[in-house]
Amino acid sequence: MPSTSPVISAKNVWKLFGASPQRYLTNMTPGRSYDDIRADGYIAGVKDVSIEVGRGEMLVIMGLSGSGKSTLVRCFSRLHDITGGTIEVEGQDIMAMDERELIELRRNKMGMVFQSFGLLPHRTVLDNVAFPLEMRGQDRHERRARALEVIQLVGLEGREEYFPRELSGGQQQRVGIARSLAIEPDIWFLDEPFSALDPLIRREMQDEFLRLQEMLGKTIVFITHDFDEALRLADRIAIMRNGAVEQCDTPDQIVMNPATEYVAKFTEEIDKARVVHARGLASPLNGTAVEGTAIDGGATIHNLARLLINDTRAHLPVADAKGAVTGVLQRQKALDLLLGDA
Amino acid sequence: MATLSTDLPQKAQGASTRSQVLCLLLGTALLLTLAQYLSLLPAWLHRLPKEMIPPTAQVLDAAFAFVQNDLGLIHVTRFIAEGPLEFLLDTSANLLEGKRRWPYLGPVPWTAVAGVAAVVGYALGGWRLAALGAGTFIWTALIGQWKMAMQTMSVLTVAAPLAFAIGLGLGIAAWKYAWVERLLKPMLSVLQTLPFFTYLLPAVIFFKVGPTAGAVATVIFAIPPMILMTTLGLKKVSPEVIEAGKMSGCSRWQMLRHVYVPAARTEILVGVNQVIMLCLAMVVLTAFIGMPGLGAKLLAMMGSFKLGRSFEIGITIVLLAVTLDRMSKAWVVKQPAHFDKGTPWWIRHRMPLLALGVFVGFLLLAQLFPILGSIGRKQHFSQGKEIDFLIKGFLAMDGIRAVTEWLRWFLNVKVLIPFRDTLLSIPTPAFILMVVSFSYWLGGRRPAVFAAIFFTIVAFSGWWDRSIITLYAVISAVVLALMIGIPLGILASRSEAWSRRVLLACDTAQTFPSFIYLIPAIMLFGVNDVAVIFSILIFATVPLTRYTVEGLRTVPAELTEAADMSGSTRRQKLLSVQLPLALPTMAVGFNQAIMFAFFMVIIAAFIGTQDLGQELQRTLAGTELGKNFVLGLNVSLMALTFDMAITAWAERRKQALGLD
Repeated sequence: MPSTSPVISAKNVWKLFGASPQRYLTNMTPGRSYDDIRADGYIAGVKDVSIEVGRGEMLVIMGLSGSGKSTLVRCFSRLHDITGGTIEVEGQDIMAMDERELIELRRNKMGMVFQSFGLLPHRTVLDNVAFPLEMRGQDRHERRARALEVIQLVGLEGREEYFPRELSGGQQQRVGIARSLAIEPDIWFLDEPFSALDPLIRREMQDEFLRLQEMLGKTIVFITHDFDEALRLADRIAIMRNGAVEQCDTPDQIVMNPATEYVAKFTEEIDKARVVHARGLASPLNGTAVEGTAIDGGATIHNLARLLINDTRAHLPVADAKGAVTGVLQRQKALDLLLGDA
Repeated sequence: MATLSTDLPQKAQGASTRSQVLCLLLGTALLLTLAQYLSLLPAWLHRLPKEMIPPTAQVLDAAFAFVQNDLGLIHVTRFIAEGPLEFLLDTSANLLEGKRRWPYLGPVPWTAVAGVAAVVGYALGGWRLAALGAGTFIWTALIGQWKMAMQTMSVLTVAAPLAFAIGLGLGIAAWKYAWVERLLKPMLSVLQTLPFFTYLLPAVIFFKVGPTAGAVATVIFAIPPMILMTTLGLKKVSPEVIEAGKMSGCSRWQMLRHVYVPAARTEILVGVNQVIMLCLAMVVLTAFIGMPGLGAKLLAMMGSFKLGRSFEIGITIVLLAVTLDRMSKAWVVKQPAHFDKGTPWWIRHRMPLLALGVFVGFLLLAQLFPILGSIGRKQHFSQGKEIDFLIKGFLAMDGIRAVTEWLRWFLNVKVLIPFRDTLLSIPTPAFILMVVSFSYWLGGRRPAVFAAIFFTIVAFSGWWDRSIITLYAVISAVVLALMIGIPLGILASRSEAWSRRVLLACDTAQTFPSFIYLIPAIMLFGVNDVAVIFSILIFATVPLTRYTVEGLRTVPAELTEAADMSGSTRRQKLLSVQLPLALPTMAVGFNQAIMFAFFMVIIAAFIGTQDLGQELQRTLAGTELGKNFVLGLNVSLMALTFDMAITAWAERRKQALGLD
């Protein structure tokens, strides 16, 4: 999934809120903690974050409210101007862009979905979805055709003429998603898109979202405060706290090897067997001779439970999606994970 | 705990210095007054001697003359007045009342206006508004006031859109640039407290007597709330909607045009409602500078004590006000609704088409039946004389007469005149100290400092006694209004149904142009001080009652339930739970009552007062712009003093109670 050059590359990004953050940051002694900075009268929205997002990757940024995840994403799209560090989007330093270039970038490359939808109340579904196209000056006929296409994609056909207030929350978010996809963006930001929805609808929308992603293969930065949601969707998860990234890794690694105590606390309550994949638990081949049918590396240990219990081999070959054997899974290790350490 | 224990002594200390300052201020004031009563006070401490009063009016006159003539502003304003503005006014006057100007098409038949009003009413709020809209115009035509009403409306149709556009523009500028807002804010607070006579004279001088001056004064009068509402609405747009706009790649202009302004629709439309209502109120008042229309007729009728006709004109003005208010408010809450796919265009646009059809239909019908076009002098149904006879007969009945006469005597001899004389007997510095201590006690240091500055300016303006008489009328009326309005509000708030009714009545009464309130006052008490106080009193009672009901009704249910469960009686609940929590809201009503009183006391100059209003009214006849400004500013400064103190108190109280 990760490709040669990252789509978004952030290096030592700082975002401080306060009276004169720029001056404060340049004069700040390195190593000050979040609380130190707060004592000085500043809030570290983003604190020295370096992160990369690869092409076609889904990075989920996870954290409690106030941890800075929304701020970080708004820095990526320059809805916030950063205080320090650099952010490059497809190799371009976005802080160096002038207003015109920034507008062009947003008109052609970026789409964003908001927690409370951010729909324009005076426009119909169709006009909301066509809004970004209208802003970049596409003609009426063309933008209508494209808007109808995405409306169909999110399953809202027949509601084109409705106004946002006439729709349910789930439907409104579908409009938000359709709008963000209208310009066929390369990068897709989703800021807690499903948090405002009730649990049943949320699940349905997640499935819908995964279906869309499979179809479109966008580069995605997805924010959530819901760890289950993060595990379900992510290629990689970045866990944030007090503006800093505590750990950024695959779900398997986060669950298996939490980097900090804070991360460990998150993973405590999680049923690890449902998260960890066979390939994540497997060790490299290193010349070990394995025999028999291989198991699917993309399956979770939980999915493989029956097989693991029935299969008596101590070492199970693990294969990737193409069927090539990539590693070896120790049965005991998998059983321990499944049943809890004895 | 640690912070608590360190805080407490500090607070106690603050309280003690506070009461010390208060004692000092009041003590000095009392001492000065006492000295005056014992004739120990030197005369220059009682009232400023004439020599010490700076020639502010003359200086202002010179400044105005410089701007007007030497800088040539008069040419600019006269050009606007005689050019585009007059053109617009002539056009609307031709269409509505048939003034012989381009485009020589009017007047539009009254049936067509009523018909379109009905369709607009229906589109905005269903059958009831349709009936109200049509009914208002049918009444106006049948009662024989069509031409007057249309004279008023023709200025309104020009002034309201102008005020809207200018207010919107300035509101956007104030929202966009902090320095514009900083510049506008103090100007707006002065403009909102400035008596309307002060708008009128400069308008006359710079923009010619007649409709143009009336329109200009009206526009200026109506702009402030539009600016405030626009800024408020734009600031309230949800951050996500803004971000959605930015992420959609909007340029700045696109952001404003497609995101901010539509998202602030509600507040902007509330601004439109206020613009329309203020325009109507002001257009009626421009009668004082000789603008023809409903106001002028009402002024003439009241002047010659023709109560029947005054009553009828009053009804017309009230109906117009209610119609305009209800329709514009219905527009505020109206949400767009979708049409199903494949709806033909004539159904999508059925309301404009219907309005057009009705308009053209009545236009044609009026060619066949002239009575549908206009109602002649002898054809209308005015019952002026009969109503006059009835009202006067009613008032002459022994019981009624005895009550009004006794009230007049009692209020005048026992309350008002002694109170006024007491206020006038207080030496100027003592009076200022008293106002300062009131502001300090209520609002704290900042309002107190401003009170001192403002009242000192008033003292140096040379119109101290007249200012005190103005203040006396305001205070007496507001105190009486408190005694009536608050119990009324408390009573009404006891039941849901009555709260609703009283709120509706108050909201409706607030839409009436202030001029209307003179009618019952003159009817009951004739032309004297009591009528002045009475007209202010009813005008000021409305906001007091309204906010009392609102304050009491919005006390959180858990708190009243908690009081009930603690076994409190109704009285205990009211006194120790509901009233304390409602007080900040009630303070808003109190503040409004005082502002309204300052506004009304000036209008009451018409009845005959000895205060600033009277002097102001006199300036209208001449060209004493400087004097007019000094007088107006005095009213404004006194009003602002109270406004600042009460607002500061309400804000602090709200914070302390943790309400919004």
